[in-house]
Amino acid sequence: MTYHDIVIIGGGPAGLSAAAAARKAGAQDILILERDNVLGGILNQCIHNGFGLHTFKEELTGPEYASRYIAMVEEEKIPYKLNTIVADISADRKVTYINREEGLVTIQAGAVILAMGCRERPRGALNIPGYRPAGIYSAGTAQRLMNIEGYRVGNEVVILGSGDIGLIMARRMTLEGAKVKVVAELMPYSGGLKRNIVQCLDDYGIPLKLSHTVVQIHGKERLTGVTIAEVDANRTPIPGTEEYYSCDTLLLSVGLIPENELSRGAGISMNRVTSGPNVDDRLETDAEGIYACGNVLHVHDLVDFVSQEAALAGENAAAYVLRAKEPAAAAQGRKVPLSAENGVRYTVPQILNLDTMQDAVTVRFRVADVYKDRYISVYYDDKRVSKKKKKVLAPGEMEQVVLKKSSFAEYPDLGKITICTEVE
Amino acid sequence: METRNLICIGCPLGCPLTVTMDGEKIEVTGNTCPRGADYAKKEVLSPTRIVTSSIRVTGGRIARVSVKTKSDIPKAKIFEVMAEIRARKAEAPVRMGQVLIENCAGTGVDIIATKTVEVA
Repeated sequence: MTYHDIVIIGGGPAGLSAAAAARKAGAQDILILERDNVLGGILNQCIHNGFGLHTFKEELTGPEYASRYIAMVEEEKIPYKLNTIVADISADRKVTYINREEGLVTIQAGAVILAMGCRERPRGALNIPGYRPAGIYSAGTAQRLMNIEGYRVGNEVVILGSGDIGLIMARRMTLEGAKVKVVAELMPYSGGLKRNIVQCLDDYGIPLKLSHTVVQIHGKERLTGVTIAEVDANRTPIPGTEEYYSCDTLLLSVGLIPENELSRGAGISMNRVTSGPNVDDRLETDAEGIYACGNVLHVHDLVDFVSQEAALAGENAAAYVLRAKEPAAAAQGRKVPLSAENGVRYTVPQILNLDTMQDAVTVRFRVADVYKDRYISVYYDDKRVSKKKKKVLAPGEMEQVVLKKSSFAEYPDLGKITICTEVE
Repeated sequence: METRNLICIGCPLGCPLTVTMDGEKIEVTGNTCPRGADYAKKEVLSPTRIVTSSIRVTGGRIARVSVKTKSDIPKAKIFEVMAEIRARKAEAPVRMGQVLIENCAGTGVDIIATKTVEVA
């Protein structure tokens, strides 16, 4: 069986950044497996700008951002296989992939980095009544059809869900001559970034109807219209508020789901909130030597944070395989769970290795609702050790706190770290 | 005196800005950094945008090459710029950074490719 030190599943932003960082950290034998016919992942179809403000201090489009990381991988001559789909990963890091040239192949990896990204929640998950006519797309599918394959997609458009891809597509379709009539959002707040609401909806006078949803699909062969209604606090449509919109296209931008069939197949423990693996501060899953990063771990708002996180996974995977070659492996030491409470939905990582952690560990999380003037607090057991006031917190935007190793010196018997929101 | 509420788009923080205009005097509140004040002033006086789109490619590995205005253009010119972009075709290969339309819609700004499309 062929062996590689590090096998990276996915050649999108997470996989590319992990590969570059692993090489920088000294790993020689790296292989990237990518199922598409190009590297770069979803960035290839995200032709709008706004990527890279944190990483490169300039505003790039998706393809430009991807090309910087592809260039790093090419310069380092890191091997990759395109048109190659991974069928299975085992807990002892055997990776089985399929492609046309080699057929079905199983290889042994010293370490595996999961970087498979996420996919869109489909119509079938929404229970909207009505026929299944042509003209209903997930926003990302419409984005690909337009930006890569060059189709027009539709003329009169309604968008359900105010996730970032839906907002971006509202502008994109408007610019291509379509009429976007309304964006309906089930929740009382948008799931997208504020700047996207400003630049994609407000700029073009596209109304955003919060607490509204599609209750009926009209049309049999091709979509002819949708009925939208207001919903109450329990997200139940309010009778009498129904409004009909004629349209030939309905885009769904109703959430992203990490794509973890392979992780589950390897028996990795999963987090119910993120739908991604549980990881420690090294981004290692509970299967030794298997790391996770990017949107397969938890859905990010900005690619810059994906790149940062993936670089950390790459460094740690490199350290793991280099350590394994010199058998004096580091002792495991104390492990402390991180708990998300009171308005914090989850944290990544979920476990901190107190003894082996880096000097500073970034903990990322999302909040459960829109909050104004709240503190983000960190507790070591029952002691509040830090608080930071935030003017606005919203579920659409990822938040973070940094935990310093030095701050744990006074807590030798620490049992739990809690991250929560508080009014005072 | 005129007041306008804006959301800063300088970074993901999205600060809520209030701009008060009194003749020539413009005052900005709600920003957390100088970029917010700059944005608000520009937004009320002469708003600009980077426009991104795609141009049809013949003979390429994919049917479209993504493009952008090389720098920001006046917001009022967006649809004129789009009309030129939509009317244009390019031939593969196209290199990232290559100018595909010079001085688009009289803005003085070029349209450049944001990805490379190889010959099929």
